Amino acid sequence: MIGALARTPATLRNFGNSQFATLIGLLIAAIGIVLTIQHVLQHDAAFFFQILTIGIADGSIYALIALGYTMVYGIIELINFAHGDVFTLGAFISLALFPVFGIAEGTSGFGYVLPLLAVGLITMALVAVVNVAIERVAYRPLRHAPRLAPLITAIGMSSILEGAMYLWKGPFNLHYPDLLPLTRVNIGAISIGVKDLIVLTLAIVLVVAFTLFINLSKLGKAMRATAQDRDAAQLMGIDINRTIAATFFIGAVLAGAGGITYGLYINSVSFDLGFITGLIAFTAAVFGGIGNIPGAAIGGLLIGMVRAFSDSYFDSSWTEIVIFGILIATLVFRPTGLLGMRVPEK
Amino acid sequence: MKRLREFVRENSHNPNAIAYAAMAIGALTFPGIAQFATGGNADYLVSLAADGGVFVLLAIGLNVVVGFAGLLDLGYAAFFAIGSYTYGMLASQQLISSPFHHALHVPFWIALFLGMFIAAGAGALLGAPTLRLRGDYLAIVTLGFGEIVPRFFRNMKDFTSGVNGISALDVPTLPYWITGPWANTQLAIEQNFRFVTFNVTAWYVLIVILVVASVLGVSNLYVSRLGRAWMAVREDETAAAAMGVNTVNTKLLAFAIGASFSGFAGAFYGAKLSLVSPDSFGFIVSITILSMVVLGGMGNIPGAMIGALLLYWVLYKFLPDAPLQASSLAHNLGLDALNTVTPNWPGIAEFVSRLKFIIFGLILVSIMLLRPQGLLPSRLRTAELKRGVHDESATETV
Repeated sequence: MIGALARTPATLRNFGNSQFATLIGLLIAAIGIVLTIQHVLQHDAAFFFQILTIGIADGSIYALIALGYTMVYGIIELINFAHGDVFTLGAFISLALFPVFGIAEGTSGFGYVLPLLAVGLITMALVAVVNVAIERVAYRPLRHAPRLAPLITAIGMSSILEGAMYLWKGPFNLHYPDLLPLTRVNIGAISIGVKDLIVLTLAIVLVVAFTLFINLSKLGKAMRATAQDRDAAQLMGIDINRTIAATFFIGAVLAGAGGITYGLYINSVSFDLGFITGLIAFTAAVFGGIGNIPGAAIGGLLIGMVRAFSDSYFDSSWTEIVIFGILIATLVFRPTGLLGMRVPEK
Repeated sequence: MKRLREFVRENSHNPNAIAYAAMAIGALTFPGIAQFATGGNADYLVSLAADGGVFVLLAIGLNVVVGFAGLLDLGYAAFFAIGSYTYGMLASQQLISSPFHHALHVPFWIALFLGMFIAAGAGALLGAPTLRLRGDYLAIVTLGFGEIVPRFFRNMKDFTSGVNGISALDVPTLPYWITGPWANTQLAIEQNFRFVTFNVTAWYVLIVILVVASVLGVSNLYVSRLGRAWMAVREDETAAAAMGVNTVNTKLLAFAIGASFSGFAGAFYGAKLSLVSPDSFGFIVSITILSMVVLGGMGNIPGAMIGALLLYWVLYKFLPDAPLQASSLAHNLGLDALNTVTPNWPGIAEFVSRLKFIIFGLILVSIMLLRPQGLLPSRLRTAELKRGVHDESATETV
C-alpha cells in the first residue's frame, strides 16, 4: 500500500523551509492585501481610519492574550487551552468587583480612575493565582507524561473554568459598564476615538513593561533559560517549578488585563467568550512566531486588523475562516511565523 | 467443542478478548433487552445506542491517527462534517436550489463510500503539506481546519442552506430485511425495506455491522506492514526513516484512513438524523472523540471503543437525564425547596444542568491525572509510558 503512492518529491518534503514556499506565502498575502486595498478605495478615507483604529484596539487585546500563549508554549510546549478562559475570568471578576468599589455606568470624572486601577490590580492578582493553581494541579504532575496528557487536561480545565462562570452568571451575555470616554479626537478628516487610544496605550505599556521584565530581570532570564533548555537551566541552579509557575502568573496577569480591557472596550461578555477569543489569540501567537514575544504582540495587532477589515469591508461570517486560514497558511508556508520562533527544535 | 473450550481458556486472561466478547454480547442483546425492560418503549434507547455506534466508529478512526501513528488531530470533526454534507448534498433535493439546479439522488450505499473517499481526499490534501511538520504543528493545523470546515459549510448557503442545514435526506433502501420481536414486531421478511427514522432497530443493526466491519479492517491494518510502519514512525521517526519506511507517506495514509472513517460515520449520521446542520461539528465534537480515544486507551482498538461507549453514555444519557433525576431525588427526599425557583436559585434541575461543563472538565482532568494510559491500554504503550521513551512526536514524552 505504501508503494502504491508515488515517492514524495523532494520539493514537497522540505516545502516549509524552502524559499519557494515563502514566495507562495508572500503571493497569497499580496493577493489578500491587494483585494483589501481595492475594497478600501471604494470607501472614503475616514471610514478606513475608523476601521483601522478599531482593528488596532482589538488587536492590542489579542496581543495581550497571545503573549500568555506564546510564553507558555515557549517554556513547556503546551497549547494552554485554558488561557482564553482565564481571560474571560478576568472580565467576570472585574465585573463583580465594580459595585464593591462603587463604580457604575455613568460614573465620570477622574475620581473613578483610582478605583478602576484598584479593580484592575485585584483582578489581575486573582486571575494569576487561578492560573498558577491550574498549572500546579493540572500540568505539573503531567510534566513527564506523554504530551497529549497535559493537552487534554488543558481542555478539561478550560471546560471547568467555563462551567464555573456559567454557574456563576448563567448563559447570557452580560453587560459590562461603559466607563471609557466616548469623545473622539479629530485630526483633519480622520477621527480617532479616545477609547481606542486608551486601549492601545494600555496594551503598549503592559507589553513594554513585560518585555523589559523578560529581558532585564533575573526571573525573566531564568524564563528564557528554561525555555531554551530545561535540563541545562536546572543544572545552572534555576528552580524550574518556580520559573514555570511565574510564567503562568505573568501570562495570567496580561490575560486578566486583557479581559478588563475587552470588557471596557466591547461592553459585553459571556461565559464562553474565551474559547473563540483564545483561538484567535493563539492564531496571532503562531502568526508572529510561537515562543517569540515581540512576534506575539505584532501578530496580535495584525490579526486584530485583519479581523476589523474583514468584518467591515468583506463579510463578517467569513472573518473566522480568514483568520484560521491564516493560521494554516502560516504553518504551511512559514512554520516559524513572521519573526521566527525562539524555541529551538528539540 | 473442545477447541472452543481451549480458545476460551486461552483468551480468558486477555483483557482485549474479554472486552470484545462483552461488547459483542452487549451489542447483540441490547435491543431485545431494552425493549423487554421498558415494555416495548425502548425506541429512544435503541436510537441513542445507534448514535453511540457512530461515535464508536469515529473513535476507531481517530485511534488510527492518534493511537497508531502518533499524530495529533484536533479537528477530526471536520471530516465528519465533510462526510455528512457529502451525503446531505448528494442524496436530497438540496442541489435543486444550488446553481446546478439538479438534485442528485445517489443511493445511500454508494454515497456512504463517496463520503468516505471525499473525506479521505480532504485528509490527504490537508496532510500533504503539513505532515512533515513537528507533531504539535499538525495539531494546530488540524485545529484550524476543524474551525474552518463547519463555518465554510454554514456560509455556502446556496449549497447547504446555511444555518438551517440540509433536511429530508434520502432514506436508504434494501431489497430484503428481517424484522422480529427485537424490533417489537412479528418475525417476518420485508421486501423493499426502507430505513425510515422510526425504524430504529434497523439503523442499530446497520451501525453494528459497520462497526464490526471496521474493527476487522483496522485490526488487519494494525498487524500489516503498514501497521508496523505506523508503530515505527510513532516510536522514532528518524529510526523508521533509516529502516526504509517512507515516513511522509505512512503518516499521510494514517491521516487519510482516519479521515475516511470520519467521513463514513458522517454519511451514516446524516442519513440517520435525516438532517445535516453546521452546529453538530464544532471543536467540542473533535475534543469529545479525542477524549474517548484517550480515555479508553490510545492505540488499542477495543479500548477506544469502550472509551467511546462510556463517554457517550455520560455525555448523551447521564448528563441530559441528570437534571430531572436530581429534581425527582430532591422531591423524594422531601427537599422540595430545592425545586422552587427564586431569583437567586435557578432550581435544582437547572443548577445540575449548568454543572455539565464542570463535570465534563473534571472527567478529562481526573482521568489524565489518575490513569493517563486509559482504561484499557495497549500493552506496547504501557511499556513506553513506564520507560518514558523520548521522541518528538505529539503523543510522546517531552
